[in-house]
Amino acid sequence: MGKRKFKLDGNTYLLLITILLFVVMYAVGMIVFQNKGFGRLQVFLNLFISNAGLIVIAAGMTIVMITGGIDISVGSVVALICMLLAWMMENKGIGAVPAVIIVLIVGLVFGVMQGFLVAYLKIQPFIVTLAGMFFARGMTAIISQEMISIKNDVFLSWANANIYLPFGGIVNKKGVMLYPYVYPSVIIAIVILIAVYIMLKYTKFGRSIYAVGGNEQSALLMGLNVRRIKLKAYILNGFLCAIGGFLFSLNTSAGFVEQAKGFEMEAIASAVIGGTLLTGGVGNVIGSLFGVLIKGTIETFITFQGTLSSWWTKITIAALLAFFIILQSLFAKAKEKSK
Amino acid sequence: MTRFKKITGYGLFLPILCFILVLLINVIKTPSFFEISIKNGVLYGYIIDVINRASELVILAVGMTLVVASSGGTDISVGAVMSVAAAICCFILSGGQQTTNSYQNPYLLGALVAIIIGIICGCWNGFLVAKMKIQPMVATLILFTAGRGIAQLITKGQITYIRVDSYKLLGGNIQGIPLPTTIFVVIIVVVLANLILKKTALGLYIQSVGINARASRVVGLKSAQIIFLTYAFCGLCAGIAGLMASSRIYSADANNIGLNMELDAILAVALGGNSLSGGKFSILGSVIGAYTIQALTTTLYAMSVSADQLPVYKAIVVVIIVSLQSKEFNKIVINIKDKLVSYKERKKVA
Amino acid sequence: MEQGVVLTMRQIGKTFPGVIALENVDFTLRKGEIHALMGENGAGKSTLIKVLTGVEEFEDGEIKIEGCNEAIINKSPQEAQKNGISTVYQEVNLCPNLSVAENLFIGREPRHLGIIDWKQMNQKSKKLLASLDIHIDVTKALENYSIAIQQMIAIARAVDMSAKVLILDEPTSSLDDSEVEKLFNLMRKLKKDGVGIVFVTHFLEQVYAVCDYITVLRNGKLVGAYEVSQLPRIQLVAKMMGKDFDDLAAIKKMGEKECGGDEVIIEAKNLGHSGTIKPFNIQIHKGEVIGLTGLLGSGRSELARCIYGADKPDNGELFVKGKNLLVKAPIDAMQKGMAYLPENRKEEGIISDLSVRENIIIALQAKKGMFKPISKKEQEEFTDQYIKLLQIKTADRETPIKQLSGGNQQKVILGRWLLTDPDFLILDEPTRGIDIGTKTEIQKLVLELAKKGMAVMFISSEIEEMIRTCSKMAILRDGCKVGELNEDELSQDSIMKAIAGGVKND
Repeated sequence: MGKRKFKLDGNTYLLLITILLFVVMYAVGMIVFQNKGFGRLQVFLNLFISNAGLIVIAAGMTIVMITGGIDISVGSVVALICMLLAWMMENKGIGAVPAVIIVLIVGLVFGVMQGFLVAYLKIQPFIVTLAGMFFARGMTAIISQEMISIKNDVFLSWANANIYLPFGGIVNKKGVMLYPYVYPSVIIAIVILIAVYIMLKYTKFGRSIYAVGGNEQSALLMGLNVRRIKLKAYILNGFLCAIGGFLFSLNTSAGFVEQAKGFEMEAIASAVIGGTLLTGGVGNVIGSLFGVLIKGTIETFITFQGTLSSWWTKITIAALLAFFIILQSLFAKAKEKSK
Repeated sequence: MTRFKKITGYGLFLPILCFILVLLINVIKTPSFFEISIKNGVLYGYIIDVINRASELVILAVGMTLVVASSGGTDISVGAVMSVAAAICCFILSGGQQTTNSYQNPYLLGALVAIIIGIICGCWNGFLVAKMKIQPMVATLILFTAGRGIAQLITKGQITYIRVDSYKLLGGNIQGIPLPTTIFVVIIVVVLANLILKKTALGLYIQSVGINARASRVVGLKSAQIIFLTYAFCGLCAGIAGLMASSRIYSADANNIGLNMELDAILAVALGGNSLSGGKFSILGSVIGAYTIQALTTTLYAMSVSADQLPVYKAIVVVIIVSLQSKEFNKIVINIKDKLVSYKERKKVA
Repeated sequence: MEQGVVLTMRQIGKTFPGVIALENVDFTLRKGEIHALMGENGAGKSTLIKVLTGVEEFEDGEIKIEGCNEAIINKSPQEAQKNGISTVYQEVNLCPNLSVAENLFIGREPRHLGIIDWKQMNQKSKKLLASLDIHIDVTKALENYSIAIQQMIAIARAVDMSAKVLILDEPTSSLDDSEVEKLFNLMRKLKKDGVGIVFVTHFLEQVYAVCDYITVLRNGKLVGAYEVSQLPRIQLVAKMMGKDFDDLAAIKKMGEKECGGDEVIIEAKNLGHSGTIKPFNIQIHKGEVIGLTGLLGSGRSELARCIYGADKPDNGELFVKGKNLLVKAPIDAMQKGMAYLPENRKEEGIISDLSVRENIIIALQAKKGMFKPISKKEQEEFTDQYIKLLQIKTADRETPIKQLSGGNQQKVILGRWLLTDPDFLILDEPTRGIDIGTKTEIQKLVLELAKKGMAVMFISSEIEEMIRTCSKMAILRDGCKVGELNEDELSQDSIMKAIAGGVKND
């Protein structure tokens, strides 16, 4: 058919490269740090434990990026959510459950505001979310400039409930069988990831997000309500951001102004490394998950290595980011040429 | 009506109005804002403070203006590049030590290398945007992420101190001159930029490429080259700003030098009445925008708003400005106006 | 409504500020008919389509569609689609990143408990495409397929969404011959199924290959509707160009035309740009006005763009005054004395926010280079000089060019190029959308320039204008230079014959 023969399209390539990269990195880790126990199942699970919040936020970021937008406010929103939770529970005596419900609503409202400015006033997403970033970080400081530690029993019981896997146990020196475990946050993150995956793949709304990102004009002509779809995407992102913030706070059990700085870049980098196109229309939460895992693996490397400093994470992620961005641009150029 | 339009249509109307507004708030709220005193032959006062503190921002805003004008995008790496420039300068001057009481290498060498590094960073961004055709925000995201990491790598994660008096001159005062040195640097940079734009055809080229890249190609302009140049220049500005910021704290603090400056610089450009989608620009507007932001910051400090809380106000300013600039917003306003008019007419008929 | 008629448009009128776009236009489409809508630039065919599909509102007349007793007014493409009118544009309006099946079913996906049933959707898509003789993998992303296939998929979507009327707006512009043939097969199949097809195209061959009826528009007015078999090709061209065949009185030429000198300014040998213009040879002499003629899309602009380097040639050689020139970008051609006034004024001509002064001096400035700025005083002098010479109506030399009328914008751009003092000036549709007074001024100017020794390439859809100004003409058809006419051979008759080309359908 046509002049072009069958070929694996560039986007699938990008995703495969990402997964392969993760597998290779992990395998290298297992070989290099053989003696330090890199190969243990718990080390792998820790990737999820320490990045549960980021997984959810990267999923939201992926949705927004598929529409052709971006959200750089997520780090600040996470800080705001954590602070709000801590402040409500510790300073206002609100119970853990209502507090969580309130922050989820805050996330939604934030999404509505940003979505309105992007979709209905057609202001560049970058500028809108830049303002959102300022706003959320500033509000965090207005609530409290001091760090608030969360001591709410219910909340802490959620945070520290070990859920043991029924397999993969190791006998330690004292002869006690230790099973690998995860926290509830990991379960929540995975469930949400699956839900977003299904939403994107199997619902009308999910597919229209791709359509809008692929060609806004066409989507409009095919009868889709582009504005509303964009608005909804930002609302959903705001909501996921709030959930991500909640999961993040389960890990840190505290709220402070400087929290989650640079988180937005980690989320964007994860999505890009996971094969989400910055130009919109292409992306996949599974890819973004691998993006997060790659970032986690780099951090684990640095911890295991012991002498490398933390800034290597930033540099490596930036290098990967550069690699993938240039790769995307080359794919796009090749596509243009073949036309 | 027409006179009103004439005034509001004037390019610098918005920035000057904002600037006056901020100053007015001060007249009412903190009258001491305008007092200037002399201590030890040096001028002190809020106004001097605003002018002094805004220096880095003004320089960045100049570079950012050109980037926005030529490419319709923003360079979000300037803050990180500042920190890289500061780190490299301190590294050279301290000879790699964590702290030093005397220059290990000549100051000029350090400063020069820092500025060259800034230019190289700008070239990298320019290459990605102009040659690889990557969206500016995304292309500069790479250095935004990597920059502080690289700076930390250079300083080995420590804060490198240069405890030499002459190092503090750039960010402080030179003996016998009542005004801070930064003011002179700003004047030099702004005048130089204006000279380049006025004495060569670069300004016209940049606007032309920013407005209509295809038509510019037909009239013989090489848009990639021009866009590349603006990014390189923006890198240069970031390098100078980095040196300045480092001199103020006579050290290289990789985590904090230039923090959030990219955002302020973009805001300054927008406040200066420049369209963020490129094209016609006014350096003077951006400069006024930068001083407005600093005045606002200082004002809020004077009203005992903490540094952490400041962003809330900036965010509100950003949203108001870009909404006003938005075509859709104008459409909505015109719609409402039409409805009001037709309603009034109907009333008249009735 | 008449038996078998699926769509009628009666007395349609539409004005844009200052222009009458459509006036009393009638159009009738029958069931199972392929109906060509023809006309040159500005004839009003795209406006008619836009009115029909709800992209633009219309002021007068009515539209009726089969099965609806009352006249319909479509307010949006969606509404038109609901009424059974679907459109497929030249630019495929589908989402390249989605799979073929999704593109067919987006917005109306088969679902089971709210979840998209991919299996069913893929099966349905396969069936739908198979019924149209298209056999492809529907699960792959649309962008993997050629434009032709994409176009057919767009047609499939349109037909499946209940099209009584299918509008194909220049669908063949970017297709090669075998692809066009496939598309025609599809069209014939749909015709058999009783779909009424409106086919907008500028390829004569194609009209005679598939169409049953032709409606010709000119200057927003209906020229007539004809059965294809009743309208020989040359008459069709005559009707589009605005001259009746039996009314071909020679037009008195304006003044004397200098014949070209001997010195060759431009010579192209096998120059070509794949996809737009096949390799061609051309020689242009000093003081010569060479016209490029052919229908829209015949490659007349593309030939000029190729010489100027606006589209970088990928074949052959170009000689300027005998010296080989490798053109990488327009600036290279400019340095050798070329100038090019592009067809698309808005996108490639004006730099909208800049002033008249800046728009005039920009090309000369680009030629001089960044470090030799033209002083403000000189700029003002140049500007005033050309405002006066070309009688540009502007409030001020600092007025942004976007505030000027189309004709005056065009004069500014003409001034821009004259200022560079070119040896070879390419004018691509310089008189389009301009009032008659300005038109004649520009024609006069061209002749004067040629007299002074400038070589000019002149492209226009209006034959009279070409005859008045050109001393030689090159004929183009379907992306290929097919011949040249010398001064003594220039007549409406000979030109139209040359444009219409082949005789097989006459």
